[in-house]
Amino acid sequence: MSNVRPIPSPQTQSDDRAHEADHPSSLVAKFGIDQPLKLDCGVDLAPFQIAYQTYGDLNADRSNAILICHALTGDQHVNNIHPVTGKPGWWDTMVGAGKPIDPDKYFIICSNVIGGCMGSTGPASLNPATGKVWGLDFPIITIPDMVRAQAMLIDRLGITTLFCVVGGSMGGMQVLQWTAAYPERVFSTLAIACSTRHSAQNIAFHELGRQAVMADPDWRGGRYVDEDTHPHRGLAVARMAAHITYLSDAALHRKFGRRMQDRELPTFSFDADFQVESYLRYQGSSFVERFDANSYLYLTRAMDYFDIAADHNGVLAKAFAGIKTRFCVVSFTSDWLFPTSESRALVHALNASSARVSFAEIETDRGHDAFLLDVPEFLEISRAFLQAAGKARGLKDDGQS
Amino acid sequence: MSMQQTLPLPGVAPERTGGYRRDHLLVAEMVRPGSRVLDVGCGDGELLQLLESRGIDGRGIELSREGVNGCVAKGLAVVQGDADTDLVNYPDDAFDYVILSQTLQATRQPKVVLENLLRIGQRAIVSFPNFGFWKMRLQLLIGGHMPRTENLPASWYDTSNIHFCTIKDFVELCEQINVKMERAVALDLYGRPVPLNLPWWVWNMFGEQGVFLLSRGGGK
Repeated sequence: MSNVRPIPSPQTQSDDRAHEADHPSSLVAKFGIDQPLKLDCGVDLAPFQIAYQTYGDLNADRSNAILICHALTGDQHVNNIHPVTGKPGWWDTMVGAGKPIDPDKYFIICSNVIGGCMGSTGPASLNPATGKVWGLDFPIITIPDMVRAQAMLIDRLGITTLFCVVGGSMGGMQVLQWTAAYPERVFSTLAIACSTRHSAQNIAFHELGRQAVMADPDWRGGRYVDEDTHPHRGLAVARMAAHITYLSDAALHRKFGRRMQDRELPTFSFDADFQVESYLRYQGSSFVERFDANSYLYLTRAMDYFDIAADHNGVLAKAFAGIKTRFCVVSFTSDWLFPTSESRALVHALNASSARVSFAEIETDRGHDAFLLDVPEFLEISRAFLQAAGKARGLKDDGQS
Repeated sequence: MSMQQTLPLPGVAPERTGGYRRDHLLVAEMVRPGSRVLDVGCGDGELLQLLESRGIDGRGIELSREGVNGCVAKGLAVVQGDADTDLVNYPDDAFDYVILSQTLQATRQPKVVLENLLRIGQRAIVSFPNFGFWKMRLQLLIGGHMPRTENLPASWYDTSNIHFCTIKDFVELCEQINVKMERAVALDLYGRPVPLNLPWWVWNMFGEQGVFLLSRGGGK
């Protein structure tokens, strides 16, 4: 089977990735020993840092700030060339000049989550106590921990109330956590393709991904940096499996069908004969160039633990009782990872809390990833919702109040 | 069923005053300023926009995706949902008024829906096409066909309007489930109110549609 190619090693050296983890090509807010991040697991994390990007200008009233919360494998580089991959920002359909979230109108903030690997403190960062990379010594973090860290950053930026908190998938979980934890600090929210709790099926997929990472002999019990390896095969497999869940049967069929990759006939081997195989391998191998394997373990775990209702005696509506925030909840018909039923449960709870909520289900066959793609109806609704909320907030078209 | 079907006055082109439909203006006039309103089957949000322009805090439910998305695009707080299945998720007394405009006849269980309206809202405003209208009667009597009009054009086998009633039927249902009628208006062929001093049977004969302001009955 000489023509079987394993997933290639990453082209980017792990040194570059490690460098970005501690010395990001971003703005950094550092918090000292006196300002610990109080984690749900009981640990006070200090010192720590948050890497973030901003776009546009804060107006005089500080009333036009939008916080974007990134998804599991996203980062703060929402609208600029990525320092590691050299690719455009991950949400250029939503953010940018003339887009729904326009830096000419809003002050846009996006920070790398705590536990991430693009400059905010996480398992890939150096542990000041040991001088080595944290690895699995890093405490377990949760979605509320991520939001607590973001709130500290927002404080640091001198912003009391965010005009809008926006995010999809894991970003949407953070959006909901923001409204549950700091309702008075959030004027409006756009919660996309998300849920108030991670489903059993989603936990199962995450466990699959984590086991793939940990089964890679190069993982070395999480100490791969010290031992100068990287579990890129395991992480690539985790990414490949996860990537399937971000798409849909219809989208895969439309995009690839059963078409062959650069060949007419099957090779009668385990090489990537099918285009869909080649695509998945590419997704896996490009992902490991920019992402830390341990960070993937921590962030998937944070999503698994997420359950807003559990923090309110099992009654979701209690989490939003009396809330003044304007909600826009969006789901996609072909999203089977965070299906419409999850959004509907959220909307019912918000209705029960008399919250001001809009809910739209967008018809598309592009699956969970639709929120990152050019889906005009979704983008138009986002734009209209923000415009209406801006009007209620007293924002003019130029973002001034 | 299709809640998106916000029917203009049956049989005639909707008469508009200042850009708004007559029946919408009538409904809006029944709502006290400053109150909280849920519009069930809010369609494209025209009534909600009218209400919000009068300082009313409005919410909507709409079955059709196009309707919802159009409403959200107008900045309205509207959720995608079904009157038959989703009203149970709303708590008691959540709204001052719950509006069901030209939608009752498309629900599977009009009686249950009506009961839910007055559980969720202190008051309900219900409008529906009157099948006791003389033109409807004539079609059945002379033509021998199930009535069809310009704005209710579907045949009996493919209409989403599955529970037609007359004004008289509706009044009887309200009495049966102990609902108090605070105001009742029948609009004629041209969207004008049928004079108040005329007896019920005239309304039932000449009202193209009925618009009712309801509240919970006492006693029982």
